Amino acid sequence: MEKATGHSILKTTNLSIGYTSKKVKTIIASNINIELKKGELVGLIGANGIGKSTLLRTLSNVQNALNGTIKINGKDITTHNPIALAKVMSLVLTEQITSKNLSVFELVALGRQPYTNWLGKLCRKDIEIVNKSLQQTNIANLKYKKCFELSDGQLQKVMIARALAQDTNLIILDEPTTHLDMYHKAYILKLLQKLAQETQKTIVFSSHEVELALQLCSKLIVISKKEVVSDTPNNLIEAGVFDNLFPKDLIAFDKKTQSFKVKK
Amino acid sequence: MENNKTHKTYFILLGLFLVLMFFINISLGSVSIPNIAIFNSLFSTIENTSWQYIILDYRLPKAFTAIVVGSGLGISGLMMQTLFKNPLAGPFVLGITSGASLGVAVVTLGASLFGGFLLGALVSKWTIIAAATLGSFLVMLSVLVISVKVRDAMAILIIGLMFGSISAAIVNVLSYFSSAEELQQYVFWGFGSLGNLSWHELFILSSIYIIGIVLSLSSIKSLNSLLLGENYAKSIGLNIKQSRLVIVISTSLLAGSITAFVGPIAFVGLAIPHISRQIFNSSNHKTLLLAVFLIGAIIMLICDTIAQLPRSDYTLPINAITSLFGAPIVVWLLIRQRKMMF
Repeated sequence: MEKATGHSILKTTNLSIGYTSKKVKTIIASNINIELKKGELVGLIGANGIGKSTLLRTLSNVQNALNGTIKINGKDITTHNPIALAKVMSLVLTEQITSKNLSVFELVALGRQPYTNWLGKLCRKDIEIVNKSLQQTNIANLKYKKCFELSDGQLQKVMIARALAQDTNLIILDEPTTHLDMYHKAYILKLLQKLAQETQKTIVFSSHEVELALQLCSKLIVISKKEVVSDTPNNLIEAGVFDNLFPKDLIAFDKKTQSFKVKK
Repeated sequence: MENNKTHKTYFILLGLFLVLMFFINISLGSVSIPNIAIFNSLFSTIENTSWQYIILDYRLPKAFTAIVVGSGLGISGLMMQTLFKNPLAGPFVLGITSGASLGVAVVTLGASLFGGFLLGALVSKWTIIAAATLGSFLVMLSVLVISVKVRDAMAILIIGLMFGSISAAIVNVLSYFSSAEELQQYVFWGFGSLGNLSWHELFILSSIYIIGIVLSLSSIKSLNSLLLGENYAKSIGLNIKQSRLVIVISTSLLAGSITAFVGPIAFVGLAIPHISRQIFNSSNHKTLLLAVFLIGAIIMLICDTIAQLPRSDYTLPINAITSLFGAPIVVWLLIRQRKMMF
């Protein structure tokens, strides 16, 4: 019961997602009802092409919902102006940043833009928050490095630090573990878990790392062809959601080890 | 913070160098005038009135024009490179200068063609500026619209070249139907020259230049956001459409008005931002804008000093000098891929 009293950060009601092109609506998923609370680490799981990115893009207001509402902190997402939205939600995207000539500090400091003046001048508080974000993501030693000098794993941490510096209740990450080796995949997701607990931010990420997500997340959103469900990992396993996640000809979910096994 | 100190030193050195280049520029020319006379003529009247005339009404406005042209083209190039996420963008490469040329061609060469509507008197400096700015604005908008659809950086450059070709073709057609005097007027404008501006014209150019510079200063924060890419920029609260429009207007005002007054000048807009990034090792537009201003002004003064061929009766077209210096820089940038980053 103690979870029900938690503060609702993100709430969708009868949300439909998809594309509108030439007046033809292509619905990818509908009837999505999710509620995310403070301090939760939420994994978004689903097969390739099922609509994970579309859902994240819709939640982050990059594309419009076809139907239904999304509320952030109890306020409809479409009524936020760009600056107000930037103060409640930060993003880590799959796309590369345009300029890698920025130093790590400069890049993370760009996360302070919603709060700075017309010139983007950093005040003492901004610099403190940037330094704290660097420490929380364990990259304080990279502060003066240029982004082109970093490995993929380091760059991903920098992007997470930038999202932290934006000081929002909600952080959304689109596949933060792609291009990383197994160790760094676990490292990044473990870092997200720590950050959600320490900072009480709500962190949502999409990932193909079902097994890691099952171990680390407090809640999962699973998209399958039939429906979009969200619950704790254990409840989802009990409900047999993972048996229907992928086509059944090659792999099967093993409840005991909470992992997928290749059929022999 | 270490960085800030070195930057400050660089800025002071560049500032001093700019002043030095300014004095060298006005002290050299086809007529040899002793330095003392030059110095005195700036602050009091001297006996040799023709010397004073040369300095006050020819060399001085020319030097100021060089500063406006170098810094203005450099800053518009800087903004284009960030806006188009393309290190090879610049007023000349993207066809913005061609757009301005086309505008000028339409009013100078087209005057007889549309003679019924346009009286000869209408082809004033203001008409030329308006036409050049409008031409560059239209090309800039078209390139921007295309760049939204075509993500490939190289394709955008090729499209810019195509705009250049189309403008050239239209200019050819126009020149076929125009009179000899009109053609001469256009051809001379096309050579590019810093020395044709009176104080009055320099005043007009500077007014538009200042509007462009103020707009570029107001875009510093948006330009820095754009270094992350558009989706990230949006996510940190940038109103993309609005800031894009401000940047486009600012670049068209700068590139358009400068081209209108001094003719098409190649490569300055492209090369200066890269030199500035190299020297300051930074992509922060707060630093770069001032750096581009100083370095652009200095390089244009040097180019103009060379073009004057001091102590001789000849003057080279300024466009040739900037190309000679700028084109190798572009080649050098392409060879050293890593330095293409911005």
